[in-house]
Amino acid sequence: MVDCDIHNHLTEDAVSKYLPKKWRDYDRQFGRRMTPGDFYPKATPMASRTDAWPPGGGPPGSDLAFLRKQLLDAWPIEVGILNTLISVRNQFRDYDAALATAANACQVAEWLAPEPRLRASLLVPYEDAALAVAEIRRHAGDRRFVQVLIPSRTSEPLGQRKYWPIFAAAAESGLPIGIHFGGWSGGHPISGAGWPTYYLEYHTGMIQTFQAHLISLVCEGVFEEFPGLKIVFIEGGLAWIAPLLWRLDRSWRQLKAENPNLRRAPSEYVRGHFWLTTQPIEEPPEPSQFAGMISGLGMDDRLLFSTDYPHWDFDNPDSALSSFPGPSLRQKVRRDNARALYRLD
Amino acid sequence: MDSPGSQAIDCDVHAVLPSIEALLPFLPAYWREQIGQTGFKGPTGRWYPPGLPTSERPGLRPADGSPAASRVEHIQRDVLGQAPHPSHAILNCDCAVESLHNPDAASAVSGALNEWIAAAWLAADARLRASIVVPSQFPELAVQEINRRAGNPGFVQVLLPVRSEAPYGSRNFRPVFAAAARHGLPVALHYGGLPGNPPTPVGWPSFYLEEYAGMTGVFQTQLISIIAGGVFDEHPGLRLVLAEGGFAWLPAMLWRFDKNWKGLRREIPWVRRPPSDYVREHVRLTTAPADAPEDPAQFRDVVAQLGSDAMLLYASDYPHAHGDSASDAVWSGLSAELRGKIMSANARALYKL
Repeated sequence: MVDCDIHNHLTEDAVSKYLPKKWRDYDRQFGRRMTPGDFYPKATPMASRTDAWPPGGGPPGSDLAFLRKQLLDAWPIEVGILNTLISVRNQFRDYDAALATAANACQVAEWLAPEPRLRASLLVPYEDAALAVAEIRRHAGDRRFVQVLIPSRTSEPLGQRKYWPIFAAAAESGLPIGIHFGGWSGGHPISGAGWPTYYLEYHTGMIQTFQAHLISLVCEGVFEEFPGLKIVFIEGGLAWIAPLLWRLDRSWRQLKAENPNLRRAPSEYVRGHFWLTTQPIEEPPEPSQFAGMISGLGMDDRLLFSTDYPHWDFDNPDSALSSFPGPSLRQKVRRDNARALYRLD
Repeated sequence: MDSPGSQAIDCDVHAVLPSIEALLPFLPAYWREQIGQTGFKGPTGRWYPPGLPTSERPGLRPADGSPAASRVEHIQRDVLGQAPHPSHAILNCDCAVESLHNPDAASAVSGALNEWIAAAWLAADARLRASIVVPSQFPELAVQEINRRAGNPGFVQVLLPVRSEAPYGSRNFRPVFAAAARHGLPVALHYGGLPGNPPTPVGWPSFYLEEYAGMTGVFQTQLISIIAGGVFDEHPGLRLVLAEGGFAWLPAMLWRFDKNWKGLRREIPWVRRPPSDYVREHVRLTTAPADAPEDPAQFRDVVAQLGSDAMLLYASDYPHAHGDSASDAVWSGLSAELRGKIMSANARALYKL
């Protein structure tokens, strides 16, 4: 089994050890001025399973030994992909770059080196393409980093040209771009109609960030420019994609004079370039509707199992995988698709 | 789509304001003077690009260059006089009053628009009904406008642009829903709007194609917000119409919404049933565009997954053309009983026609 979304928590102290003195001082004096804080209560402390707090102390996901016990050893997980969620989107880009470099060094020393089952997504200061590219180059050839991580709440839709150097560097290094639920946009509300009132709205509506990125990446012609680019939507759901593609294909047929760069129907680019993780698995009222949705999606080779450990909406492999019809598809979702995408050989 | 049983009702027809001059007779002296002295043109922003079929079907523009759907004769000829020969048509006048930052201007323009709709359209053809245009960005003024129009039986619902600066379930919009409920009027959220903030959670897209296709995300935001905010718990009789936003996206969204409600409902304890229950009871969606699959069996599945026969309302969306994949042939795959509800009975019940 491959788990494509595990959240290891790098505490501020852990990252700080890997910062050069100049930035360690900055970190101490000015701190990470980024989000305006918690907008509302979020389900559980640190949005985590209440049983995921390590007995030895520290927040959920911060203790490798406990993560082994509670996740890697509890199921036959041969590879787990770490998506650490510290923000490298503050107000000062050089600091973001230093934080990303330190966090990646911390991941290598404290997670990837001691635990060969783990791989990681590379943190990059994604709102500054030049600095992000430097971080990608710094780790070129280290196969333990399997993709470049960008949170879904960016400052602009991801197809915009300011992000293209990141795509070029990732494609050149054979790394997919993993786009993960959440982040901080730097000011745009969480929805296309302003700030919602409740966490339930934030969590349910986060899908709209993925919708905007899918549409933008396709419409800007990113896949014409970078034919080798692979995009992984992490924690973004599956069921909304086919309906959006019905609409997008139909709209493109009507409006394609606007962007002649698009030579194929949007759904062809999506099916050619996108991968999708499974958590939180959708639960239609009739299980047969799930099978119908998967068949309509037509992306059997692109579905990647994930648990989202240690978060409250963790998908248990025993129940989540059983939603997928048939042993052959289940095997693809559970293991084979991820091994092929991330070249886990 | 044919109309088995009673006569069809067209639930989304556009009445297009040709220019601010048409409103002059209905504006207070102060605003006539402002327009004369400052060149203020009212809410001139348009979210429908001028030359696209999704804004105006090719060939409809009158010889004098005025916009299609800007005179009642256009509707009589192209909507009421064509199959399925609707007995009634609901007019939605898209005009970006939400783009005006001056509350008095927004209120005056909304009032004049409604006066113009009543005089030039409703009084001219008894088959027409209309939505009330309100300055949605100023809830108190919107309530006043609803109260002013509710006595005219030609006005059958309150119109809100789906794009807004804050989601409509937010506390500050509650008086608007209360006023609509008090008068027994449904609230329609319609494609578009120019509130000033970007239409995506990640900023401004480059292409109209992105904004157009992505608008379903804004509909989703509003629906989530209105249910989570408890609007239907406060107003059990209220009905919400989602117009020109498609409907095929709804089942998938409800799967996610219901699941999250199970996990997070402690946060919104007033919402005591799964969100999909509220949607089936309170929400209606117009059929143009459908954005449903072209395969008839898959199309039937999507319609069945809505979970209620009462939810879809036939609409031509005149004068727009969406080139929809849901062809007449696809619609014909539904049962005659369901087609009758979609074409006629659902709207008759909703608008008490």
